[in-house]
Amino acid sequence: MGQIKLNQVTKSFGDVQVIPPLDLTIGDGEFTVFVGPSGCGKSTLLRLIAGLEDITTGHIEIDGSDATDVPPAKRGLAMVFQSYALYPHMSVRKNIAFPMKMAGIDEDEQNRRIEGAAKALNLTDYLDRRPGQLSGGQRQRVAIGRAIVREPAAFLFDEPLSNLDAALRVGMRLEISELHERLKTTMIYVTHDQVEAMTMADKIVVLRAGVIEQVGSPLELYHSPRNEFVAGFIGSPKMNLISGAEAEKNGATTIGIRPEHTDVSMTDGVWKGVVGVAEHLGSDTFIHVHDTGLADMVTVRITGDIQAKHGDTIYLTPQMDKLHKFDAQGLRIE
Amino acid sequence: MATKHSRSAARLMMAPAVILLLGWMLVPLIMTLIFSFKQYLPLRGGDLGWVGFDNYVRFVSSSAFWPSVVATLTIVGGVLLITVIIGVLLAILLNQPMWGQGVVRILVIAPFFVMPTVSALVWKNMFMDPVNGLFAHLWRFFGAEPIAWLSEASLPSIVLIVSWQWLPFATLILLTAIQSLDGEQLEAAEMDGAPPLKRFGYITLPHLSRAITIVVLIQTIFLLAIFAEIFVTTGGAFGTRTLTYLIFQRVLESQNVGLGSAGGVYAIILANIVAIFLMRIVGKNLDA
Amino acid sequence: MARAVTQQRKIINTAAAWGVGLLIFFPILWTVLTSFKTEATAIADPPVFLAFDWTLENYSAVMERSNYARFLWNSIIIAGGSTILGIIVAVPAAWSMAFVPSTRTKDILLWMLSTKMLPAVGVLYPIYLICIKLGVLDSRGALVIILMLMNLPIIVWMLYTYFKEIPGEILEAARMDGATLKEEILYVLTPMAVPGIASTLLLNFILAWNEAFWTLNLTAANAAPLTAFIASYSSPEGLFFAKLSAASTMAIAPILILGWFSQKQLVSGLTFGAVK
Repeated sequence: MGQIKLNQVTKSFGDVQVIPPLDLTIGDGEFTVFVGPSGCGKSTLLRLIAGLEDITTGHIEIDGSDATDVPPAKRGLAMVFQSYALYPHMSVRKNIAFPMKMAGIDEDEQNRRIEGAAKALNLTDYLDRRPGQLSGGQRQRVAIGRAIVREPAAFLFDEPLSNLDAALRVGMRLEISELHERLKTTMIYVTHDQVEAMTMADKIVVLRAGVIEQVGSPLELYHSPRNEFVAGFIGSPKMNLISGAEAEKNGATTIGIRPEHTDVSMTDGVWKGVVGVAEHLGSDTFIHVHDTGLADMVTVRITGDIQAKHGDTIYLTPQMDKLHKFDAQGLRIE
Repeated sequence: MATKHSRSAARLMMAPAVILLLGWMLVPLIMTLIFSFKQYLPLRGGDLGWVGFDNYVRFVSSSAFWPSVVATLTIVGGVLLITVIIGVLLAILLNQPMWGQGVVRILVIAPFFVMPTVSALVWKNMFMDPVNGLFAHLWRFFGAEPIAWLSEASLPSIVLIVSWQWLPFATLILLTAIQSLDGEQLEAAEMDGAPPLKRFGYITLPHLSRAITIVVLIQTIFLLAIFAEIFVTTGGAFGTRTLTYLIFQRVLESQNVGLGSAGGVYAIILANIVAIFLMRIVGKNLDA
Repeated sequence: MARAVTQQRKIINTAAAWGVGLLIFFPILWTVLTSFKTEATAIADPPVFLAFDWTLENYSAVMERSNYARFLWNSIIIAGGSTILGIIVAVPAAWSMAFVPSTRTKDILLWMLSTKMLPAVGVLYPIYLICIKLGVLDSRGALVIILMLMNLPIIVWMLYTYFKEIPGEILEAARMDGATLKEEILYVLTPMAVPGIASTLLLNFILAWNEAFWTLNLTAANAAPLTAFIASYSSPEGLFFAKLSAASTMAIAPILILGWFSQKQLVSGLTFGAVK
């Protein structure tokens, strides 16, 4: 079981309120991702749940019981830190055993769980090494192993992949997703990378300045962002936000159109512009278009390749059914 | 960055160190302050009552006071000058590529670990003795009349001894600072066409300025307090009576505690003036 | 990065550095050499460098005459005791300041530093008087406490600097893993900080070993350590160069060896982390 409920939680450092009153429920077994730009309070929120920071006001419930004043060790949560936070003076085996040693679990059981975790995480050959002798990905797996053996009510991940290189990150992302499929344990995952959020989450919580901007499944956020901020934050390349006459024509203060929802032609279309940079990825092409009179730059994404060079004139046609409209407050108009 | 629980634990664990140091600072300080306003002669009648600022006035107006200030400033200034200048040169030399750098470092550092009484005695007798000292041998070898160093050139002799003790400290700190200089900065300057002397003047020296300041401040505080070197060499004679030594004599040798305490208060004020500058630098570093 | 340095320049550097290094080291070398000479050879003019009859007689003479062992033992007790006591007091304090910093942490650190700046002579008589009143003048215990207090700011600072380098996340991980504060300090922090604690121990042992104000002024026959032992050679025995050298060599040899191990920590320790 691992339902976590935040009830009117706030956090202040001195006079600065970093998290205004916030309510959030994380369902049992859910993979929830907190995402937002750096400094948005997502890590603080995670640390409040972990108990590493006191909440200023409000309540935290774990599995229906009040955990507000319960010390971190007693909350039944396991955490994987950004720096992995492995104990450098202990072997991998001892690192994984540490929480069980602290909990007073008997040694046979400890060994059984260590073997199990090591097998699941491909660490069997490394159990007697020190963390310093492992690669980044292996250290990450040890940190996860240390979390698994506690059989926690929920796992907390604090930007666990940000110290890995790009290739490894994709692999570890899959491993964590698979782990979740297998364990079905609640996981809360903090990241600033919206790709991680989109690919892994059951539920995404978008935060800005300590405020929840939107909660929803990845596709909900993609298809109907509640406001301009979420619209701009979710999706890559970013949604083009256009205001002015073109928006008013559509009855909105701002309209948004994703790069992949714009058709491109070299001969005719609704908007005319000049190609700035064309990025050819092979499978896709990103074209950054200037001088459209809409915004500084409009980005479009087309499948496959297209012969477009710097300085070429290009025509864009938005797919009207995929157009997002926002009012003066930046809120979505349905 | 923590919970209430860990904050209260932290306060509790800090308490012993804070309380001990607070006691160590306040109790003797207050006692010294009290004594300084009293006529207090433990061997000649003990506590003879309050005398206001008499001791402060008498300490400063005594014939020994100004010479002691001069001796103190000469020693501190002389040692600082020698250790900083030679220290910078030595640090630059040691930073060059060479064979056996580690061994040379050890040779240079060694004097710092020599007990002050040992270095004072060794220098006094084996080097500066006017008859059998090595310097006397050397002077005679060149046909010169040996010098009675500690009586005829007492202050320079003390400066030499103390400089020898503190040169390693200055060198080591300056060397550490030089090594932290970004080599690419020097290469950039070289690309920009700066010759070696200009590179030293415009890049190395400014980079060292902070380290030099720290060396000056820390050494000043220690040098104001040197004691053993004078205690075993001249015993304060031949114009080597520093402020510290004068206070020591007033307090323990002539047992005029009131007068000595007034001197002690002066010494504390003097040290604090230097300390304030040092703490500013250290404090700034803490913020970074 | 670095270009190939011409061989010639490297030779010049090496010669110059070794020359200066040996010059600086010479007084120590000369003392050690002299300690193996007879008194007559020790003052010979011209001086004899290596070609003399090596003898150990000075060492046995020093040992016999002045009860060297007791001075040595006093030095060990005073330097060792004050350092260990200081570490015990300082570890929890440094933990607090490094991992639970508050707005006052910086002020407390600087204040501790300021107590180190207090000139000893300014408080000489009060301390002297307190020792007499408590009947602990010329006792090792009193010196252990006094030197501990004297070096406590440095110990706290050094440990603080080392602890600061240990990522707080590791301690938080221990907390999440269910460790109590005691377990966190004992099983996680201390083992990780062993190098730092060891160098702090070393440097402060050296400082206490060489301390020559309180040890000279507060001891007599009973608790006098090696600093006082050497000072007693001031005169007229100081004129016996060979014996003086033997005594000096015995007083500095152990610490010289320890000192060479701690040269790196010397900088960060004595500059309170202001030079790294």
